[in-house]
Amino acid sequence: MASEFNIMVGGEAGQGVQSVGAILAGSLGRAGFYVFADQDYESRVRGGHNFFRVRAKTDNVQSISPAIDLLLALNKETIDLHEKELKSGGIAVYDAEETKFSPDKGIFLHIPLLKLAVEKAGNKLMVNTVAAGAALGLAGLDFEILSAVLAKEYGRHGEQTVKDNVTAARAGYDFALSSGRKLTLPRAQPAQNSNLILSGNEALCLGAMAAGCKFVAGYPMTPSSAILEYIADKGREYGTVMIHVEDEIAAMNMAVGAGYAGVRSMVATSGGGFALMVEGLALAGMTETPVVVVLGQRPGPATGLPTRTEQAELFFALHAGHGEFPRAVFAPADAADAFNATVKAFNLAEKYQTPVLILTDNHLATSYYTVDRFDLSRVKIDRGNLVYTDDPNYKRHLVTDSGISPRALPGQGRALVVTDSDEHDEAGHMIEDAATRKAQVGKRLRKLNELKHEITEPEFHKADGAGVTLVGWGSTYGAIFEAAALLKEDGKPVNTLHFCQLWPFPAEAAAAALGQAAKNIVVEGNATSQLSALIKRETGKQVNNAILKFDGRPFSPEEIVERLRKEVEAW
Amino acid sequence: MVTLQDYESKVPNAWCPGCGNFGILRAVKKALVELELEPWQVLFVSGIGQAPKLPHYTRGNVFNGLHGRTLPAATGAKVANRDLVVIGIDGDGGAYGEGVQHLLATARRNVNLTYLVHNNQVYGLTKGQASPTSELGFITKTTPLGAIQPLNPLMLALASDLSFLARGFAAEIDHLAGLIKAGIQHHGFALVDILQPCVSFNRVNTFAWYKQRVYKLDESYNPADKAAALLKAQEWGDKIPIGVIYKQERAVYEETLPQLKDLPLLKQPIEPTKIEKLMDEF
Repeated sequence: MASEFNIMVGGEAGQGVQSVGAILAGSLGRAGFYVFADQDYESRVRGGHNFFRVRAKTDNVQSISPAIDLLLALNKETIDLHEKELKSGGIAVYDAEETKFSPDKGIFLHIPLLKLAVEKAGNKLMVNTVAAGAALGLAGLDFEILSAVLAKEYGRHGEQTVKDNVTAARAGYDFALSSGRKLTLPRAQPAQNSNLILSGNEALCLGAMAAGCKFVAGYPMTPSSAILEYIADKGREYGTVMIHVEDEIAAMNMAVGAGYAGVRSMVATSGGGFALMVEGLALAGMTETPVVVVLGQRPGPATGLPTRTEQAELFFALHAGHGEFPRAVFAPADAADAFNATVKAFNLAEKYQTPVLILTDNHLATSYYTVDRFDLSRVKIDRGNLVYTDDPNYKRHLVTDSGISPRALPGQGRALVVTDSDEHDEAGHMIEDAATRKAQVGKRLRKLNELKHEITEPEFHKADGAGVTLVGWGSTYGAIFEAAALLKEDGKPVNTLHFCQLWPFPAEAAAAALGQAAKNIVVEGNATSQLSALIKRETGKQVNNAILKFDGRPFSPEEIVERLRKEVEAW
Repeated sequence: MVTLQDYESKVPNAWCPGCGNFGILRAVKKALVELELEPWQVLFVSGIGQAPKLPHYTRGNVFNGLHGRTLPAATGAKVANRDLVVIGIDGDGGAYGEGVQHLLATARRNVNLTYLVHNNQVYGLTKGQASPTSELGFITKTTPLGAIQPLNPLMLALASDLSFLARGFAAEIDHLAGLIKAGIQHHGFALVDILQPCVSFNRVNTFAWYKQRVYKLDESYNPADKAAALLKAQEWGDKIPIGVIYKQERAVYEETLPQLKDLPLLKQPIEPTKIEKLMDEF
């Protein structure tokens, strides 16, 4: 029996593809499946072609699958584009009146979605809920589960809205049952109620709020707008201020100002916005001000493919900023990692009084993952060397062995807190002399020595008899991991090595892992293989091959396996 | 009791002898002493140029940041700790050129800050290039054909519905100190544009040039009248008004934030478990 079930919902922007997808993902999650869902949409508000894929599995899943069991086509284009992705025995549901499509093959099933919405629920806007009901009817999911998800989803709009949606879902569900067609849903474990289904962005927001982030400034940009929106909304009750500012330059300088004044602060943007923030990043380095920067990558250069994914800003994140200053760069693998890395980012930023970057991408930011509920009692807060002093001789940039100076906050004690983007002396006043310059540069860079001891090591999985190690970073984790599982089933085991922190680079652990198999093959979402170059630079090791992807779409495990066979010699 | 002595700095001064900045520095110190503010209660935020060095030549908390980015940094600090008295200091290059969008946004937001702009109509630190407020045709090394039409920062600020606008003159120290005090006491964002002769690079707008033209707005002028303010803001040439040009009460940004209702953000404890309930929504 199959262990997974894949649904794709497709239609135009504005047709509610995402809301149907969210209901399906929520219902399958509640039924006890691990769910992974991703979205593919264009940079437009209406029209075009969008789809939302939900993959439900009986064990952990963190990547997409190209083969679908159920295609829910809200328009004809969805059928044309995705019919071929249906597995044998799969069903494509469509509304003949809407799609003007008369099928001649057995995989198609006409369900009058719009007619049911109008006749049963009295509102054509309910068509999406009818569609969700029809899909889950075909899959044979218990209707009570769907009904509970609708209550949660629409509860804030009032009882009547919930009732109308349940009626609409029931209409679609019953129609599907009476059609005589059926799909086989694998058997899931009883509901794992402690699981959360949430996006990478949402996990990151929870991490930031758990870590005590109190200030966020931002200018909307895909894929990070959702971070700004979530914090603007929830922050009102939970004590985090989000300011929608005039541009990303303001965002960064505001966050640095807030960090100087003593609250944990963050900015969230994408490549173009980060380009505008870069001068401010260096300011944080120079003034030794903690700030957390979320860089959600999308394909560039310039505006690129605004709603799609890429991993081409690794070097940008590592090197952004004029001059030399310490930083840490995280690249979370999945939603759970996004939560944990964000908490760690805030601690390191304050402990080392320097900027910390979190490098995500559109795929991680907007995909939905199933994770264990976060254990907040285990979130540790380390604010570093914060001091409260009245010392008239207090020196904000005191030269110390570790490079870390006691950090007083302005107005919290009579000590004056002086800092400058010009090179400064220990007291923070601008200077010109060579000796002070050397002392301050040395002090700032010395912070890296200790920071290096706090690296999150790469995750290495060794497989018996592996001739190859697949190497990746960031959001490709799930696809690489599953590709390795597929290869193992196929009798070709591979090791996997995955980096979720890229700076300071864990050179020793990397070098050791890279010596474990005859070949090392990097898998990453860019055209020039930046990770290969970084590995070479930091360990001296040349990887053998790179499987690269820069079409704006995420890797699937199957694609990695297939390209390994095609592109890698003597595989 | 706060005295001028509290605001004396030991940092050597790098301004040119006779610079208009000295008068502004005296006015700033005088205003702070008269308001009985102690240096630790004050945060100076400044950018780059000759004027933004001012915080080093007095005492207080100092965040001397990037060129043109004073207001965002000041806003971040003020929202983080609303108890700080935050004073932004820039020249005309930073305030009206590099960072002019922040002036508009900060005026619209109406954050409770005071922004002092030393407006000498020329770039001093980079040695004499045209600024956004240089007179039309002002010839410099970067504008050999003459400067383009100058910006009117007062009109720009009024267009953003700022809540306090004043113009002072560096040689009228007591008058200027009064404007700075009024700006600090104002509930909301206050812009004080300060006419500052540059003795090194501006041979047009000299002390003598200003002294012939500057006059003080008297009690017959009503700064609550926006139409009158729009006229005063355009007065330039033979007569240049100084004083409070416009003043209104409107909602202050940080006071509208429910997060700041009880305690300054800075004083709110970090409690990871506080967000437990948020997870129920997923």
